[in-house]
Amino acid sequence: MTDAPTTLQPLEPAADDEDEDQLRYGSLSADAWRQLRRRPLFWLCVSIIFLLIVAAIVPGLFTSIDPQLGDQRNNLQSPSAEHWFGTDLQGRDQYARVVHGARVSIVVAFVVTLSTASIAIVLGSVAGYFGGLVDAVISRITDVWFAIPTVLGGIVMLQLFEQRTIGTLCLVLIVFGWTTKLRLVRSAVVAVRNADYIDAARALGASHRRIITRHILPNALTPLVVYTAITFGVVIAAEAALTFIGVGLRKPAVSWGLIISDSRGRIQTHSYLLLFPGMILSMAVFSFILLGDLLRDAFDPRQR
Amino acid sequence: MGRYIIRRVLQLIPVFIGATFLIFAMVFALPGDPIRALAGERSQSESVREALREEYNLNDPLPVQYAKYVGGLAKGDFGADFRGRPVSDTIKQRVPITARLALVAFLFEVIIGVAAGMLAGIRQRGFFDSLVLISTLTVISIPIFVLGFLAQITFGLRLGIVPVAGIKQGWVSYILPGLVLGSVSLAYVARLTRSSLIDNLKADYVRTAVSKGLSSRRVVGVHTLRNSLIPVVTYLGIDLGALLGGAIITESVFNIPGVGGAVFDGVIRQEGTTVVGLTTFIIIVYMGMTLLVDILYAVLDPRIRYD
Amino acid sequence: MDASSAEAATDNESANEPLLAVDDLHVEFRIEDGVVKAVNGLSYSVGRGETLAILGESGSGKSVSAQAVMGLIDSPPGFITNGSIMFGGQDLLTMDAAQRRAVRGEKIAMIFQDALSSLNPVFSVGWQISEMYRTHRGMSRRAAKAEAIKAMERVKIPDAARRVGAHPHEFSGGMRQRIMIAMALSLDPDVLIADEPTTALDVTVQAQVMDLLKELQEDTGMGLILITHDLGVVADVADRLVVMYAGRGVEQGTMHDVFSRPAHPYTEGLMHSIPRSDVHVDRLQPIHGNPPDLLRIPSGCAFRTRCPYVVERCRDEIPEPVQIGAPVSADATRSSSCFQWEEVVGHD
Repeated sequence: MTDAPTTLQPLEPAADDEDEDQLRYGSLSADAWRQLRRRPLFWLCVSIIFLLIVAAIVPGLFTSIDPQLGDQRNNLQSPSAEHWFGTDLQGRDQYARVVHGARVSIVVAFVVTLSTASIAIVLGSVAGYFGGLVDAVISRITDVWFAIPTVLGGIVMLQLFEQRTIGTLCLVLIVFGWTTKLRLVRSAVVAVRNADYIDAARALGASHRRIITRHILPNALTPLVVYTAITFGVVIAAEAALTFIGVGLRKPAVSWGLIISDSRGRIQTHSYLLLFPGMILSMAVFSFILLGDLLRDAFDPRQR
Repeated sequence: MGRYIIRRVLQLIPVFIGATFLIFAMVFALPGDPIRALAGERSQSESVREALREEYNLNDPLPVQYAKYVGGLAKGDFGADFRGRPVSDTIKQRVPITARLALVAFLFEVIIGVAAGMLAGIRQRGFFDSLVLISTLTVISIPIFVLGFLAQITFGLRLGIVPVAGIKQGWVSYILPGLVLGSVSLAYVARLTRSSLIDNLKADYVRTAVSKGLSSRRVVGVHTLRNSLIPVVTYLGIDLGALLGGAIITESVFNIPGVGGAVFDGVIRQEGTTVVGLTTFIIIVYMGMTLLVDILYAVLDPRIRYD
Repeated sequence: MDASSAEAATDNESANEPLLAVDDLHVEFRIEDGVVKAVNGLSYSVGRGETLAILGESGSGKSVSAQAVMGLIDSPPGFITNGSIMFGGQDLLTMDAAQRRAVRGEKIAMIFQDALSSLNPVFSVGWQISEMYRTHRGMSRRAAKAEAIKAMERVKIPDAARRVGAHPHEFSGGMRQRIMIAMALSLDPDVLIADEPTTALDVTVQAQVMDLLKELQEDTGMGLILITHDLGVVADVADRLVVMYAGRGVEQGTMHDVFSRPAHPYTEGLMHSIPRSDVHVDRLQPIHGNPPDLLRIPSGCAFRTRCPYVVERCRDEIPEPVQIGAPVSADATRSSSCFQWEEVVGHD
């Protein structure tokens, strides 16, 4: 069914209502949205993410217990009606700690993901659009950063800071997190750069800036959007991992990585200490990765 | 082909220099005085400290230090830690352990990952396909340290099938950490194999193969498989490079004395030369695998051989 | 009618039975948005040494009908809901998978529009051709390779012995299509289906490939089904013509008859919309409107929304093919699915 445009094609455009309908809803993003709207899994992801964001902004909505307030008489209690996720070694309420831990993860996820995406969009489109020396320099620098494993580079770089805050963690994850996105944007831009409609825009005298922002990027952003959704999850996991091995946030900060790190050595006797925070952390990562998957399916007509 | 390889090697050299220099510069900038840290509680005379500084080139500016270091590398010298022990000794001691772990993880990825991906892709939207999609998504979502603990609780402690920590019991010690370490890549391999197979099954050449009157086993097993595995082999090769570079978190959870653990200890103890030496080694392994993948790619896909 | 096709016609009469006969074929695709009725009662036959052209625009069902004959329709979503495809006294549609496979490639072969994507990129062309001999004839690698070289020589690929190990991307478009032809004809099939075999090629190369097909047909006496959207391609080589619209064969007949006196408004529209060397027209006339959405084929005649001859009846009734005999045509297969066919024939 891949008949090429032929002599049989009608030369006059049709003017009935149905065709207009198709035009209106035919654009890729509208089409993708129609696809997404129908899928229950999409709404599941969106709900989880929404709850996490609310917990990050106003944790008080979910718990009134102070996550730092320990009661030694109540330490290491199994989950109960009073302490849904049990209590930790210091007798602090695990549920309250998990709720308050959402803030670190969500803030880091948003700051890092949006920053890396911005770096990738700017440098990637410049490299892909102009090509030549600019492209060579940007691409080689990307190769260099790409060759350093993220966890390894992150550990070394975090050691440079005496004080580690959320800001430090964000910085480190940004520094080692932009390369894949930049490659994605660059190759997408290269793919559309020589399209006829770009030539047409150029012939009409559009500026480089206008061509990039109006004509190239909208057509090159789909892979980035999908991958960006996934990196929210990846960043949350990376922050927790760095904190877990002891080079990230330190006490008395409340973060999922620290909570899980605290459970170390007690997982045999008190596995709930690991299970609940581990589950919430995994659910957060899961929602973002699944969202990315669903976006890709919706954007990619071949998958249907 | 020869020229293709030479060109790829030449392209890798600046990447190597850039990556190692970055690590070198960061380690150089680490706070604290490594010479003083080395002494610990003991007192050091100023002259001893000065002699040590001289020995480790610490008085030179950064680029000179780096140049001297690369000069040593060219002779196979990865430098020595502040106790005078060559970093290459640490590498020799740690690499076999990491290699064993990497191999176990890699086998899980190849065998389970490719098989699951193929079975899922052949019957798209079937029960097994849904199972693979959901389970891989779940595995990818669980951070590896959580997964490691979960594996320890279930397989090791509750069921008592395999050792949960250390390497005292030989190969069997590597099963659980290998599975955990390989799990995320296993999931990616399964998904990549699946989607690649599905894409290729829709390709025109598959229609041709069917119209040639070939059995469906031959259509899938010969015509589609070879094409579908090209991206999978690429992924596996790069991943093996990463695995051989050590796994800091998995080694930490399972208490395995591999390369990852050595780097981590080096960073925490601020042993700059150890960190730089091991990192350089990891980058070399990674780049070697990248090169190997490029060559393999050219072999598997004749279209890019002369590119 | 030229000499060769006249000859073919006599051959056909002596055999007195078509090689391949499609009768009342219905194919639909059940997708999320509904049921796409791709083929809605198509009938045709092709005899030994005969060339049948199936002409239609994108979405007319011409490729789908060919895929149904080859058994290439994936189910789901595709379903053959009615009809028969008779070959060698048997209905292909009632055969089991193994019987069907024995027919594919061996008895009925097919070539496609885009040879680059239709050949496997990772195997050499020699390997792909010799696979036919190895799997169907059980030949050794060496013997099959020798046969593959012969097959390549038969389609006039220069230096075949040296190029047998080259991969598809190393050939030009025309050469690649020749390789497809060599592969399809390697086992001397009775019927070759060519789905837009020249559409992807340059005009000069198109003629070469068509000439080659014609020549090979004369050598082997195979039946050739030529699927195309381009009247120009089939005008010189086809003996008979089926014009498809919205999944139906709206007009059939010998090439000469249909060309000189179209009996369906759609065919007539096609004739007016392309430049012809034999008739002078001042201005080419497009067919107004768009082909129908196969999800929502209009009631009655699918062409009525674009038809200048439309009458009340066209809205309610689907016109069945009526035979157009003497004096308009001497051909027994000549038919038109139009209530107004006499008007159309009389027009012009």
